[in-house]
Amino acid sequence: MSLLHTLRRSGKRLLAVWHARNLEFVRDRSSLIFTLGMPVAIVVAMALIFGGPPRPMFKVGVLGTMPTAASYPFLGERYFQFVPEPQEAAGIHSVARSDLDLLLDMRRRPVRFWALEDSPKGYMAEKLLLQADPQARHQPSTGAVSRYIDWLFPGVLGMNMMFTCLMGAGYVVVRYRKNGFLKRLSATPVSAFEFLSAQVLSRLGLALAITLILYSGIGTVIHFHNTGSNALLFLVAVLGCLSLIAFGLIVAARFASEEVVGGLLNLLTWPMMLLSGIWFSLEGSPRWMQWLAQLFPLTHILQAVRAITLDGAGLDAIGVDLAYLAGTTLVFLGIGAATFRWRAE
Amino acid sequence: MIIDSPPSQHPPARAHTAILRVDQLVKRYADNTAVDGVSFSVREGSCFGLLGPNGAGKTTTIEIMEGILAPTAGTVSYRGAPLGERFRDEAGILFQKTALQDFLNVRQTLEMFRGLYDHGLSVDEVIRLCALEKLLKRDNKKLSGGQLQRLLLGVALVNDPDILFLDEPTTGLDPQARRRFWELVESIKAQRKTIILTTHYMEEAQLLCDEIVIVDHGKIIAQGAPQALLRQHFKAVLIELPSEDWTPAARDLGLSFFEAAGRVELTTNDLEGTLRTLLQSGVPLAHLRIRPPNLEDLFLELTGTDLRS
Repeated sequence: MSLLHTLRRSGKRLLAVWHARNLEFVRDRSSLIFTLGMPVAIVVAMALIFGGPPRPMFKVGVLGTMPTAASYPFLGERYFQFVPEPQEAAGIHSVARSDLDLLLDMRRRPVRFWALEDSPKGYMAEKLLLQADPQARHQPSTGAVSRYIDWLFPGVLGMNMMFTCLMGAGYVVVRYRKNGFLKRLSATPVSAFEFLSAQVLSRLGLALAITLILYSGIGTVIHFHNTGSNALLFLVAVLGCLSLIAFGLIVAARFASEEVVGGLLNLLTWPMMLLSGIWFSLEGSPRWMQWLAQLFPLTHILQAVRAITLDGAGLDAIGVDLAYLAGTTLVFLGIGAATFRWRAE
Repeated sequence: MIIDSPPSQHPPARAHTAILRVDQLVKRYADNTAVDGVSFSVREGSCFGLLGPNGAGKTTTIEIMEGILAPTAGTVSYRGAPLGERFRDEAGILFQKTALQDFLNVRQTLEMFRGLYDHGLSVDEVIRLCALEKLLKRDNKKLSGGQLQRLLLGVALVNDPDILFLDEPTTGLDPQARRRFWELVESIKAQRKTIILTTHYMEEAQLLCDEIVIVDHGKIIAQGAPQALLRQHFKAVLIELPSEDWTPAARDLGLSFFEAAGRVELTTNDLEGTLRTLLQSGVPLAHLRIRPPNLEDLFLELTGTDLRS
């Protein structure tokens, strides 16, 4: 048998399988819609968030009346975002937490500024300021000063938590529905709420274990210091995981296609990745964006964790975040149970 | 010549109260009506067979009876009340197709399902009843077809059900596994449990069922005890011959016959006269077989021999 003949037969078989898979994909309408809709949704989201003029690299808080760039040339620098800061203490706190790269006090001359020396962005912003205004005076930071990595670390942990919680539980339920295991369970006294709660609790243990390993391991390597209570941190992790897992189960409540659920979970994770404050603070962002971010459980997890680890916040300071996470867990589980389907249609 | 004895008559169930009642059940889909006004009741302690060709509406009917599927119209009542919590507690179900958790072993699976009920058999009792002793540590995904069906039967029995649904339980099993499964069902029957069985195997239905319903195109076309139905539909006996013995001369005799799978079947009320006619036509009778009609004959008589989708 010639090589050409072998290749032709192989190609024919490959073509048959390729064609069948494509047909299957196209005929599964819900998969098709979500798979093709997902890139469109990402384009729209990116356009909303990053559209318009180039995104500034540095965020600077300004105390006092904002002068024009003509009277103070530093304010005309490109890639800087200048945000009015009404209170000095709050501004200094924002610098210490890396929410701001620099704080300028325009109320007196020479201009005073605060910058976080450990932060690469703070360092660069300071250099550019001193180039534009050599008279500007660096002010020592007061209170606890954190490094950028201390700000970033909770975000990385939160991101991992989000993927572990959302993806894990959702796919398992879809697989159970697809292979008929859920149909078998539906013939028993177990209710949808009980089943979903069991999935949530099972995933919770795994997500907490993974988060604990990452927290201890990476925390040791980067010399991370939690200025607040570890018990409170654990409470946030528990409530945060519960809320995220329950969020994922809403998506998995009805569908029997991994492709559809994968698309929907992507649709949920992308906005949280961009808006929940994993990589950068939303301080100075449009108001609607900040409101939207407040809807996501991950935003409240990161707010609470950073308040504990960076500011040593107590239960009273993060009570709203905890209540939001607990409340959304119940709401998500309720919606999941109400819309739950035991069998693939 | 072999003359088979008629199939044994099943003793009637002792209890005569209906444990399950189906009334004017209808299930419509966008493009067809799967169940079309079906009504019957199932006596407590009996084995009730639901038979029909592919696509006749058996599985749809049984899934509505199990409370898995909602009917378009009609009702199903269990012990005089709509299907509810009590039914789920007291029913055991073996679906036509069920997956279990791949990485759980047999014992873990039984323990999980047992944990869903307040009352029932102990896991060890179920293991003994379903002969699963040698499989306890085997993962579900590594079970053979027959072993998996025994485990699924065990799962259906963990709550010591009063009513047991078996939807085509032996489809795909080899003859040994099928017979082993029948023995298990017989032992469950002996405990006076109510069993509702759907099957493609008429031998299975004839062996196990006290009463059958035959459905086709979503409607009931026959209902009763197997032997009563056979008496009602057949006054005759069946003569079977190999096709090669069915000579051209015999084909011209004007006898009504059915030929398939290398066999010719003749139905006659006058056995002696028919045999004489065949001998006079030179038909060799060395391989002739005379038997009473069975449920398969009845099934084909009622539903026809056309291939169903």
